[in-house]
Amino acid sequence: MEPKKTLTGAQALIKSLEMQRVEVMFGLPGGAILPVYDPILDSSIRHILVRHEQGAGHMAEGYAMVTGRPGVAMVTSGPGATNIVTPLSNAYMDSTPLVVISGQVATGSIGTDAFQECDITGVTMGITKHNWLVTQAADIPKVVAAAFHVATTGRPGPVLIDVPKDVANATMEWSWPESVDDLDLPGYHPVTEGDPAEVRRAAELLLAAERPVLYVGGGVLKARAGEALLALAERTGIPVVTTLMARGAFPDSHPQCLGMPGMHGNFTAVTAMQRCDLLVSLGARFDDRVTGKVDTFAPGAKVVHVDIDPAELGKVRTPDVGIAGDCRLVIEELLEALGALGLGSDGNRAAERVDLGPWWDQLRHWQEEFPLFYEVAPDGGPIKPQMVVEALRDLSPTDTIVASGVGQHQMWASQYWRFDHPYTWVNSGGAGTMGFAVPAAIGAKVGRPDRTVWAIDGDGCFQMTAQELATATAERVPVKIAILNNAYLGMVRQWQEMFYGERYSEVYLSPDLPDYVKWAEAMGCVGIRAETSDEVAPAIEKANGIDDRPVVVDFRTDAFEKVFPMVPAGASNDAIVVHPEQEQKSR
Amino acid sequence: MSATPPTRHHVLSVLVENKAGVLSRVAGLFSRRGFNIYSLAVAPTDEDERFSRITIVVDVESAPLEQVVQQLDKLVNVVAISQLAPADAVQRELLIATVEAQPAERSQVIQLVGVFGGEVVDVGSVSLTVTLAGRPEKIDHFEGLLEGYRVVELQRTGRVALPKLDRRPAGDRHTAPELRTIAGTAG
Repeated sequence: MEPKKTLTGAQALIKSLEMQRVEVMFGLPGGAILPVYDPILDSSIRHILVRHEQGAGHMAEGYAMVTGRPGVAMVTSGPGATNIVTPLSNAYMDSTPLVVISGQVATGSIGTDAFQECDITGVTMGITKHNWLVTQAADIPKVVAAAFHVATTGRPGPVLIDVPKDVANATMEWSWPESVDDLDLPGYHPVTEGDPAEVRRAAELLLAAERPVLYVGGGVLKARAGEALLALAERTGIPVVTTLMARGAFPDSHPQCLGMPGMHGNFTAVTAMQRCDLLVSLGARFDDRVTGKVDTFAPGAKVVHVDIDPAELGKVRTPDVGIAGDCRLVIEELLEALGALGLGSDGNRAAERVDLGPWWDQLRHWQEEFPLFYEVAPDGGPIKPQMVVEALRDLSPTDTIVASGVGQHQMWASQYWRFDHPYTWVNSGGAGTMGFAVPAAIGAKVGRPDRTVWAIDGDGCFQMTAQELATATAERVPVKIAILNNAYLGMVRQWQEMFYGERYSEVYLSPDLPDYVKWAEAMGCVGIRAETSDEVAPAIEKANGIDDRPVVVDFRTDAFEKVFPMVPAGASNDAIVVHPEQEQKSR
Repeated sequence: MSATPPTRHHVLSVLVENKAGVLSRVAGLFSRRGFNIYSLAVAPTDEDERFSRITIVVDVESAPLEQVVQQLDKLVNVVAISQLAPADAVQRELLIATVEAQPAERSQVIQLVGVFGGEVVDVGSVSLTVTLAGRPEKIDHFEGLLEGYRVVELQRTGRVALPKLDRRPAGDRHTAPELRTIAGTAG
């Protein structure tokens, strides 16, 4: 037991973060949070000074996604706090554990429209797992401990702690909560293990299915269930699709991996789900970008739905078997149940087990007929963006971390990269936050300095948060940014071409305004430009050889290239549109 | 609020932490998820000042009850939720109304209030203020009869409810601490 120690609220806050073994935080100071910035000078915690608070939030997300540890960001009141609303919303949609600390005006000024006052707990109520307005310095350690507990357990998510300036300045007797029971969370009871009876029913369905699919979502990564999933897939021989949030949860080069389903999923993954008779959803949430029109999604399938959030079971699709629980624990329970039903760990099938051979024959046929496809550029033609992703993939280490923004480049990155390692794909799924890539890549590189980190970004996205490259240079975080510069808001352009009669409204950005190379150089990065296909590989090799500063490569890509396949918004997944060159075969 | 709620209305008795902003969290959840509230009543619980009880009448046509309950349960400040099917619950509501009644009609109104076991709480020269507490159906009936007069103002509290004794509610979430609810609005 430590002797009684008097601290300010600000000192207690930093000490509480140290107690949570926080190594790094991202932030930007201002008036209301000033007291808390003072003890940072004496702390072991590395603070990364961002150029805009949105950058702090996305960096914390990138850090959390690759390390599995909660990301921490700190901002001041008012605009500082509202600038981090987008990252909070993004982290809420993608279940990323985030602890955001915001300054607040002094308690006596709350409600008076004081300078830089904003009711940020009110603003973020719907986009945080929970938030706290601290009213007494003595509460700080308990609130910080509760915040980390809530952010990281159950379905992970962002939390916010709002700290009024007078609370940070007040003194308190330091006392750290001994256990979770001391945290004053009487209403918080996350589930962990699945109901054994339901798990057994799921195992029976698995053995009886003729055309099963494992529909793997981000929950598998959150639960660190990759190994368990591999064991389940190999023991049952069932094909696996990995959603946008789950890329890398199951290796792309595994023969049972069908790749990504959804609006821009490959034909086989999408159609396997449509035709399956059993859909085993593991940590996925039947997002509209995966299901297409819900009432026509996987029409003949029984559904086993495993999710740590009981509210996801039946939210979109009523499951035949719903199991609320942690994916890793439930998969392990499922493996035991399969063993009890005669499906041994050596892969020996239960005598009555259905033969999956015909299903695999069908899947292999689709894979041969409808692989991902793009037309190779003619000599001297503009660079194909897909070719850039393939070159990046082939010229970089296999465990490279890839971050992306939102739009065409994101889909091409997800489609054409080969994700063979978990926690190597950092993107904004649910919220679709343009500008995510640059700060998220920086956060990822801070969390995994041993890895190569490439951001595959669009020119539209890059312009939203590029200022953080000054942060990366100053903090010596050598990320690499590949801009697939097609001079357009490409995904919007694609929709206008396909669904708005080629009426292009407000989507043109220009290839050289700004000049990305000069801009990169102005921020202390190396700037490289590739204008033709034969310049692609040398540019990547040059970038991969630089490890003392950030690199930006401006790839001038074909503005007319579209992402295929595509399921039009609101349409059934059966209406999947493949590349025009493959059109004949699909009809 | 005048008609008897049809069966699409279910009562949720929600035990919450008595903390700033809790009502806003509950109300915000309903609005952002598109769940409709028919009525809502809040009061602190007796004995343990850490908790309040929110009685929510939910329109289950806007969303399946199970989904409403599961989403509510995710709020960190929500401690326990009881789903009260009408047959398993004791429900009460309070009505207060000012009715125009010329001296000639006054005795009729007073009689009506007397028949229902209500109270005349204020008398003016040409109007009366009356109250009635009771089962929601009884209140509905009384309100219907009042419409025979000129109702100047009428307020209903929304329902409060508790499980009937010696019966387990259909869907009890977590074991609620042993707490007795103060009848906040009606007895």
